[in-house]
Amino acid sequence: MAYTLNVNGKALSADVDGDTPLLWTLRDTLGIVGPKYGCGVAACGACTVHVDGQPMRSCQIPTESVGKAKITTIEAMSTHAVGKKVQAAWMELDVAQCGYCQPGQIMSATALLTRTPKPNDAQIDEAMNGNICRCATYTRIRAAIKRASGQKEA
Amino acid sequence: MTYHDVKANRREILASVSAAGLTLTFAVAPKANAEDAGLKPLNAYVRVAPNGVVTIMAKNPEVGQGVKTMLPMLIAEELDVEWSNVRVEQAGNDPKTFGRQFAGGSMATPIHWDELRRVGAVARAMMIQAAALAWNCGPGDCTTTPGNVVHKPSGKSRTYGSLAMACATITPPDPRSLTLKDPKAYRIIGKPMAQYDVAKIVTGQPLFGIDQRQPGMLYASIIKAPVFGAKVASADLAAAKAVKGVKTAFVIEGDPNGLFPQGMIGQGLLPSVAVVADSWWAAKKGRDKLDVKWAEHPTSSQSSKGFAAQAKTLAAGKGQRTARNDGDVDAALAGATKTVEANYFYPFLSHANLEPQNCTAEFKDGKLEVWAPTQNPEPGRQLCARTLGMKPEDITVNMVRGGGGFGRRLANDYMVEAAWISREVGAPVKLVWTREDDMQHDHYRPAGFHHFRGGVDAAGNIVALHDHFVTFGTATTAVSSAGMPGSEFPAQFIPNLRYEISAIPLGIPTGPLRAPGSNALAFVFQSFIDELAHAAKADPLAFQIKLLGDKPVVGTAPASYGAARMVGVLKAVGEMSGWANRGKLPKGEGMGVACYLSHLGYFAEVAHVAVAPDGAIKVKKVWVAADVGRQIINPHGALNQVQGSVLDGLSEALHQQITIDAGRVEQNNFTDYQLMRISEAPAVEVKFVITDFSPTGLGEPALPPAIPALTNAIFAATGKRIRSLPIQTDMLKA
Repeated sequence: MAYTLNVNGKALSADVDGDTPLLWTLRDTLGIVGPKYGCGVAACGACTVHVDGQPMRSCQIPTESVGKAKITTIEAMSTHAVGKKVQAAWMELDVAQCGYCQPGQIMSATALLTRTPKPNDAQIDEAMNGNICRCATYTRIRAAIKRASGQKEA
Repeated sequence: MTYHDVKANRREILASVSAAGLTLTFAVAPKANAEDAGLKPLNAYVRVAPNGVVTIMAKNPEVGQGVKTMLPMLIAEELDVEWSNVRVEQAGNDPKTFGRQFAGGSMATPIHWDELRRVGAVARAMMIQAAALAWNCGPGDCTTTPGNVVHKPSGKSRTYGSLAMACATITPPDPRSLTLKDPKAYRIIGKPMAQYDVAKIVTGQPLFGIDQRQPGMLYASIIKAPVFGAKVASADLAAAKAVKGVKTAFVIEGDPNGLFPQGMIGQGLLPSVAVVADSWWAAKKGRDKLDVKWAEHPTSSQSSKGFAAQAKTLAAGKGQRTARNDGDVDAALAGATKTVEANYFYPFLSHANLEPQNCTAEFKDGKLEVWAPTQNPEPGRQLCARTLGMKPEDITVNMVRGGGGFGRRLANDYMVEAAWISREVGAPVKLVWTREDDMQHDHYRPAGFHHFRGGVDAAGNIVALHDHFVTFGTATTAVSSAGMPGSEFPAQFIPNLRYEISAIPLGIPTGPLRAPGSNALAFVFQSFIDELAHAAKADPLAFQIKLLGDKPVVGTAPASYGAARMVGVLKAVGEMSGWANRGKLPKGEGMGVACYLSHLGYFAEVAHVAVAPDGAIKVKKVWVAADVGRQIINPHGALNQVQGSVLDGLSEALHQQITIDAGRVEQNNFTDYQLMRISEAPAVEVKFVITDFSPTGLGEPALPPAIPALTNAIFAATGKRIRSLPIQTDMLKA
């Protein structure tokens, strides 16, 4: 059936089965491909989006359960007050290798810095542990979060 | 090892480079973009637009190793342009123009270091020639500043953009006749450059294979037998076809040689069932409703437990083959002051690319076009041609960014599947594997068993070493990535040394995983050498230096070993890590050292670990000293590769194993095949030791020594020797 979703500030219509995970509605029906498929079981974080500002794994959210919640994806981070700082730090430190996980990393980092503007290492670990980077760019992810939050990097 | 498994390939690659690599193909015009429509390219790699924007082709596939940035840097440097004026464009698969295009073996740097700088120098010489014609002067009167030709006597100048048209009439000079820049004048090489696509990556632009979309495209999911190569006995497709959105479902008989296609890495088209739908989720739902019965298959008798039992039996006997036999090992062991005997094991591993295997294909009017995140496009084209009965020239392979390579995408099984399905349904199709498909249908890093004996004399020298390596394959031929050369270190450094090899037949597909061969052999050899150092009551780092001796190079190519280079990095890592002060570490902490030569790179690494009373391991820091020659091309990318490789190695050692039961892989997702997460990642400090050798690659060689550095550190911290991976923390309980 047709669902009207609030994605990145726009009302978008998607005609999908209600059990379709939000990830696949975004990617295949709405053409928003920043959220990535990695595991399908909320183990890798590549599909992370914000649901009313909270980082969530979109592979686990049935489209029918989204309702009026505000969905925000990596595509909208350049207009997000914190997100654009995170993206800038990611670019300055050239964090990525393959880059596949980085949209999810940036979404988790943005959510962290929105609620905890100056996170310490333990807080970074806790917020980012659900996001796998197979290339293991963790050293730079940590440094970029520090930089985006105006803290010393090492 | 220097790169055992692709030695033959490497020779062929180097030959093709020297034969064709410098023949710039001027007839080939890459697709024009708006900025330079109608302009003839300077050569296959370079186009210059009237506004001065320079487009450089990235010839190789990009899977996160940074070549889309690094290789164009080589051209841009010698062409003499501002990097900010360079646009990089991914080349298509076109070996006639670009030579072999692949991502593997850390070969991009050694193959292209000289060649691509000369490509840039040729283009610069043509600019100078065009300006000299316009000014009616000799080219010797001209020089360049970035993007301009300057007339030295008068100081007047012309932009490259204004000369681009005139270059069309210039005969390119012989690349070998040109003098390359003095490295002191480099403005791009050696400067940290962010990845060319960094802005697209952080904003989530469609870059990857899985992001591709063609008009009218359908989506596919494919199911294969849990036992590798088993045929479809029966398939009830009705329930799948009834799922809303599903267009069709069908059995693919597969290529009879699909499990081990000749001359290919990985698999071809295997027996399978495909479900095609108007969305991937519908295809997946349909697939979950399939009722497929798989035929019996002999591999179902194989299991990890069975392999271990067979290995034990084989190791107790004589090797099926002797790979090396120097001196008299048994006599030397009998005369040794101290002897050590130990059994080592490492498991099968999966590549676990974060982007599952996928491919978009369109078969239309007898022609095939694919968009594939492949590391190895031309073999993919050949595989499709062979399997679909097509001519290779009717197949176009577009290389799209891969979400991690690690050797997995040297295979093209996903490509031939997508091609087959597209032809079957007569529409463009995007095939996406599930994570479970990906983990259970890999070509795995082979497991291996080593039975070592070694002896040291009173002066602390290794006098004898014996390894009986039980691997997979036949007595004469190991399966892919499961071999060991007779030159494996420390061969050539020990007077009495014997390598015997036995093999267990294997139906599980194997293949290269980042630093193939080396990622396993470094662990066992560098651990056993550490055992011998402790047996000799020696400082393990000093013991390694002593073993390497005082000859700069030992052995002859391709088995030559730059002992002085390894001593150099060992000394450097000792200084960086404060090795001499390790005795002051608190109880439960320790440092371990290991070194390894692979992919032409000399690496020594020290790990510092703390082991808690409950056995929990905390890696506190890793130091790396690396010798990859005289020039680090892109320091940004280089450091990232080294740090990532080290953490990748630690992740393998701490967590990863694929086990086989009844011919099936038991793991299926990141829940039971764990990858390192940020909370476990230590700082990795890297020093590049600059030596006067031609630059070599960094995708792999930092990984192998990270594992024994860790396990040797655990021994230093606990007195417990890790001889089996992944590390079982239970055995480290105080």
